[in-house]
Amino acid sequence: MLATLFKFKGGVKPASHKDESTQTPIARAPLPPLLVVPLRQSAGGTPQPLVKPGQKVLKGERIGAPEENFSSAIHAPTSGTVRAIEPRMLPHPSGLSAPCVVLEADGEERWIERVPVNYAAASPDALRDLLRDSGIVGLGGAAFPSHIKLKPGAAGRIETLIINGAECEPWISCDDMLMRERAEGIVRGAAILRHIVSADRVLVGIEDNKPQAIAALRAAAPAAGIEVVPVPTRYPAGGEKQLIRVLTGIEIPYGRLGTEFGVQCFNVGTAYSAHRAIELGEPLISRIVTLTGNVERPGNVEVPIGTPIDGLLKLVSPKADTDRFIMGGPMMGFTLPRTDLPVTKAANCILAASPALFPPQAPEMPCIRCGACTRACPAELQPHEHYWFSRAKNFGKAQEYGIFDCIECGCCAYVCPSNIRLVDYYRFAKTSMRALEREKTASDAARQRFEFRNQREEREKAEKAARLAAKTAAARQAIAGAEKPAAAVPAPAQTAEESAPALPQLDEAKKALIAAAIARAQAQKEGVQPKNIDNLAPEKQAEIREIEARRAKVREIAKTPPEEPV
Amino acid sequence: MITALLVMAGIAVVLGALLGYASIRFKVKGDPLVDKIDAILPQTQCGQCGFAGCKPYAQAIARGEAEINQCPPGGEEGIRKLADLLGKEFKPLSAEHGTEKPKQVAVIDEALCIGCTLCAQACPVDAIVGAAKQMHTVVAPLCTGCELCVPPCPVDCIAMVPVPETVETWKWKYPVVQMKVVEHA
Repeated sequence: MLATLFKFKGGVKPASHKDESTQTPIARAPLPPLLVVPLRQSAGGTPQPLVKPGQKVLKGERIGAPEENFSSAIHAPTSGTVRAIEPRMLPHPSGLSAPCVVLEADGEERWIERVPVNYAAASPDALRDLLRDSGIVGLGGAAFPSHIKLKPGAAGRIETLIINGAECEPWISCDDMLMRERAEGIVRGAAILRHIVSADRVLVGIEDNKPQAIAALRAAAPAAGIEVVPVPTRYPAGGEKQLIRVLTGIEIPYGRLGTEFGVQCFNVGTAYSAHRAIELGEPLISRIVTLTGNVERPGNVEVPIGTPIDGLLKLVSPKADTDRFIMGGPMMGFTLPRTDLPVTKAANCILAASPALFPPQAPEMPCIRCGACTRACPAELQPHEHYWFSRAKNFGKAQEYGIFDCIECGCCAYVCPSNIRLVDYYRFAKTSMRALEREKTASDAARQRFEFRNQREEREKAEKAARLAAKTAAARQAIAGAEKPAAAVPAPAQTAEESAPALPQLDEAKKALIAAAIARAQAQKEGVQPKNIDNLAPEKQAEIREIEARRAKVREIAKTPPEEPV
Repeated sequence: MITALLVMAGIAVVLGALLGYASIRFKVKGDPLVDKIDAILPQTQCGQCGFAGCKPYAQAIARGEAEINQCPPGGEEGIRKLADLLGKEFKPLSAEHGTEKPKQVAVIDEALCIGCTLCAQACPVDAIVGAAKQMHTVVAPLCTGCELCVPPCPVDCIAMVPVPETVETWKWKYPVVQMKVVEHA
């Protein structure tokens, strides 16, 4: 059957450079002696470590618990001993550190008990939880937790499930090799995902420059009723929104999710790892990484998560003139700050760059508003406008023009005749805006808390004053009642304000109140007896007695002239 | 002549009554300018500006009694925004009110804390928890870094620690690029 294909606007056609790394089958990376597994590998918070230093773990044992329902679990990639849980540098453009589990491999590769699940008999909710606990995240590069994407949308059911095998970025071939060699696993994984969302149809989109992958999946597909659709090779056909558009013609607006339109998209690697998690009971502890570029023996290797990248590079021998390593592809990847960093679930490719392969960027020239970027933008934005706004730090305007729709694919920078590093400006603007947003939320919360505190303090003050007023009123009442027993009973609930007109009487009452207070204080003073004198020497006790006698005398003197205290 | 005068006077009376009614009916409650200024201020409630919190400072600015450069936590960025809003000239941060520092958070050395509750009373945003004679601690996400808890502490167990940058809060730097040098013949 020939499916009608749609087109997305823009895009570019860079040289694909995929043949270099597809000549040899997927190799298995040797087990390194020490693995560093970052706890944060996906969006939605950092999982809490479940192990302690010194603890022995089995291969596939859970070492990081997903935080609520938003992140995905982390597992031990091999059996061994946890050496430390400490901040280590991540393969991230910032070069910052985050908590990692450092695992010393024992080389035995002893698995936990693996429990296969018959997905056809399991409920979608149970399967979603199983995927979360197996650490399944999107392996296309963004590492978004898959169980969240499998929740039915507001519009109800997901009718079309798309399996993304486009792999449009140059140099990367890990999905291509996975489809060639493990097509059956992908198809089975797709069937599981389809069962979870009960989709009507499954479309596998593959760029038409991968005929072997298309043939392999077609050979595996008929059994499960999955349609393999070759899509024209054009970067970024593998972008989620772009592939959905090409295959179904549906255009997803800003801020909305594919599920609202009845479509959802998963990478082929994600489908394959879902199959391993459900039908083999193996959590996501390894992935296929393309090692290519300026190396002697480019290829694809299956790597345990947490393997140091410099160990992997020894397998392919980077050439002498390699000056940097890129994680990801040349369009969207970033230069690694160091090479002793671990492989994460998002690491699809390590690309060795040399000045010959990737010449240093020519100096930037002014934007001439030629519009080439606008024609190339697959998100249908106006990149030159965003460039101006980001450069001027006019973030409000950039947002108005839809900068958060930008997928940072790099098409605009690729075609720019002035060599402007446009994506760097967008990344700067987007992260700055997110930081401002966080600050705004924090300051709004602080304002609320401050205002609440002020209100509370005022209320407490008022309550205290009211209590005091009530107490004084009651005392006055008591004295007035005692002094004038013959007079008629005074109004019982007489407050200070009400009794104000009776001034002379009030003065009397006040005087009586003061006299009573003085008498109370005096009684208290006289009642004070020296304490802790039982175990003292006799001469000390005599001294104390003498002092007490003097005090009593002074009190007597003080009592005789009551006027003129000082 | 008389008719014209009467007509004009009549119109004046009607319009005057309308304006008078509108000024009562559509009176703006509160000062909207204060809220706009308050939204720009960082809400640390630190009092470094000389007022008891951000709102009083905003009110003072709105009345024209305070300068716009008295808020060290807001920094240069904040002064620029205030200058924009009020149509005033930008001024550098006034030195007598303090200097701009990176964002900090208070940390209580819990071994030294004697549980006097003085810091909890000083905290303008209720970010310190702890009862009398019990250890106190700072709820870090709520702390605005105002430093108001530091002076009241009798045992000097509160330290201000800069908030470290994490992968989540990290920002791409503003691109600094080499421009092509054009040589004039």
